[in-house]
Amino acid sequence: MAQWRRVLAAGLIGGIAATVFTIIWGILLLFKGIEPIQISIQEASISGMLTGTLCTFRKLAGAKSTFFCTLIGSMIFLIFNGFSPWNINPEKNSLDAGLGTLLVIILTMWSARKALTGIELKSFDRDEIEILAIRIFKGIGLLFFIIIVAFPFVYMVITSLKSQMALLTNPTDLSISFESGLAVLIKSYHEVWTTFNFQRYIWISTIVSVGTVGITLSLSILGAYSVTRLRFPGRIWLSRSILIIYMFPAIVLVIPLYSIFSQLQLRNSLIGLFIVYPATTLPVALYMLKGFFSTLPAELEEAGRIDGCSRLGVIWRITLPLSLPAISSVALYVFMIAWNEFLFAFMFLDDPNIFTLSRGMVSLNSSEVPRQYLMAGAVMVTVPVMALFFWFEKYLVSGLAAGSVKG
Amino acid sequence: MMSHSPQAKSEARLAYAFLLPTLLVVFSIVLVPVIANFWISFKTVELSDLRPPKPIVKIQVSKWPKKQGDPFVFRYRIRNSSQKFPLKNILIRHQLPDGMLVQETDSRCSLLVNELRCVFDNWPAKYREKILHKFIIDKAFKTSKKNFKNSVIRVSADTDNILTNFNFTLKNYVKIFTNPEFFFVLKTTFLYTLLGTLGSLFLGLFAAQLLNQQFTGRGFLRGLFLFPYVAPVIAVAFTWVLLLDPFSGTLNTMLVKIGFLSEPLNLFGQRYVLLNLFGFEMKFPLALSTVIAFESWRYFPLAFLFILARLQAIPNELYEAAKIDGASPIQQFLFITLPQLSGIISVMFLLRFIWTFNKFDDIFLLTGGNAGTRTLTVDVYEQGFALADLGAGSAVAVIIFGLLSLFMILYFRFLPLGEEE
Repeated sequence: MAQWRRVLAAGLIGGIAATVFTIIWGILLLFKGIEPIQISIQEASISGMLTGTLCTFRKLAGAKSTFFCTLIGSMIFLIFNGFSPWNINPEKNSLDAGLGTLLVIILTMWSARKALTGIELKSFDRDEIEILAIRIFKGIGLLFFIIIVAFPFVYMVITSLKSQMALLTNPTDLSISFESGLAVLIKSYHEVWTTFNFQRYIWISTIVSVGTVGITLSLSILGAYSVTRLRFPGRIWLSRSILIIYMFPAIVLVIPLYSIFSQLQLRNSLIGLFIVYPATTLPVALYMLKGFFSTLPAELEEAGRIDGCSRLGVIWRITLPLSLPAISSVALYVFMIAWNEFLFAFMFLDDPNIFTLSRGMVSLNSSEVPRQYLMAGAVMVTVPVMALFFWFEKYLVSGLAAGSVKG
Repeated sequence: MMSHSPQAKSEARLAYAFLLPTLLVVFSIVLVPVIANFWISFKTVELSDLRPPKPIVKIQVSKWPKKQGDPFVFRYRIRNSSQKFPLKNILIRHQLPDGMLVQETDSRCSLLVNELRCVFDNWPAKYREKILHKFIIDKAFKTSKKNFKNSVIRVSADTDNILTNFNFTLKNYVKIFTNPEFFFVLKTTFLYTLLGTLGSLFLGLFAAQLLNQQFTGRGFLRGLFLFPYVAPVIAVAFTWVLLLDPFSGTLNTMLVKIGFLSEPLNLFGQRYVLLNLFGFEMKFPLALSTVIAFESWRYFPLAFLFILARLQAIPNELYEAAKIDGASPIQQFLFITLPQLSGIISVMFLLRFIWTFNKFDDIFLLTGGNAGTRTLTVDVYEQGFALADLGAGSAVAVIIFGLLSLFMILYFRFLPLGEEE
């Protein structure tokens, strides 16, 4: 019994782990359309504690004892839950209940073992207790973050695949029905794509974003090069004011731009966006590129100059190839800002023929449009950005890191 | 030292040439509007005033000639399209078809070869008049009635543009500051900004701690944790609104079913909820808290990214030395990690504070600024566009600008220039 403190700790961890995993399995059951009326937290925690305690008594090494522990733990769990864990009908959903029980117990044991690795608890050692507490905290934290980050996105996709009826009759049923075939499943996407004209908006968004990237890059490369490499009166003042302009909120500009653009007939036209978007992204791009250009050795460019290149030739042949990664991250970051932009698109565009995706989404947000359409639209707006993000994650992360002064 | 050699001069000229387009764009889209915003805030301008007054002239035929020598009588129906503003120095020019001989016309009109010209000094707002013209036709007249009615009339007029005239007033500021609602908006703005910033920093710090160790799937999780920030705000905001909907949202239904709530909570629509804390009744600002939660959720990835990068740069020797000195893990966190992070956390705090303060989209999409969530930025929209009073909206924008300048001064005081990286 020298290990009674360790056994106690295992019981504690087991209780916490079993509770958390029981809740998570309960949430997962929603995605199958099974509804756990009541998750019995007390029963789960008590059986988790018992499992944890019991399994520390036995030597935890070896396949045999693991099997044995799982069996005993599952039995305890089932008995405490009156053979119907998650209060779901054990006969109808025996697989879900059984699999759930097994998973909860295995994960509970695994958590207890992981948390107690290298911890002896021969006495109430402060370090060991703190490490244990931190491990529990981190484990729960990790699950917490995964759920809060992923759930809204999963919810978005699932809602977009459901029918109006299913959404209204049971909002907690998150299952997807494949019975009626693919055409019914993606009906919302089809509607949004055709009737709500997203097939057009996605092109407009692409053109506007790519155009913004092109204008911004060509102007900011020249500008950043001047600020870092050329000497001229006002250079320091200029490079400082970039950061200040960078923090201007769009809302301060919106009333005057709205008034001026209305009188110049630039409102309600894509040309207006092509003017405004680069203006909002230029300071960001300049700031990022300035930071990168100053890390490039100036000697290379000087060598190019000596060999007879013009300034533009140096930029084209030496600076640009060297800073391709930085330029890619600026391009991605600017694309992301332009694609996600909402305020100016909302204020400037009235004509449904030239809506960007963000503006098109607003017209889906009406009580007359079913909500699964709104979510299908949301998926369509999100997927291109996410795809780019995953393909070029490395660049985008460094871009975010460099440019995140922008909100 | 700046030299004045020809080479330096040509270098400077090149730099200005390279910078010119950028400066031009930034100047016309950022600086001019900021100044224009000050200008408009001292004027009485409404949304409808943006449509400039137009002189309108239509032809009304009273007597159409059948044959040569018949009288031809028609009228100009003129009017000022504006309900509020006068038109000045109006000139109407109308190219008449061949074969029309003037018999009698208005004193303000005259015929120059084939062109009928009418000149007016002033049409007040809503002005309407009919101008009678009597002609006689000869054999050269061949126009059909329809063609004549559609013939081109060129009208020009001077308008006193409301945006460019020199009438100024303090009315907008008086209106803003005498509205008791405004101080509530100010309070909401600061609560939202401060708590939203702290929330995202706290979540970011927590998340960075979790991923500051090697394990399988860490790279994937790092990508996943950036989702809320990378996804378009319009998509995630609508998802939250549906998810938290009181009538058919999943969260409310779930919480009611498991008995946590007795009735669904309108998380984005209810201003206060009464809480009973230790016997004290407390009004808890519900919608504002939900919006702050959204803000923390959406922007924690930034703090996370920065803090994680900083965490990985802390030299391991520091921890080893602390271990030898007998520091417990929590002590190590408090006395090594946190002090090492204090620099990045304070920079992030200032930047996030400014950017949360500037934020418009999120609240606008989540609540539209209702239920006690109206911040200054949403108030600009509310005054300027929902209530159609551009002047008052600009006045609020000027207040935002003033506060922002204050924050930026603090920011640059705190962060010496040149070390912003």
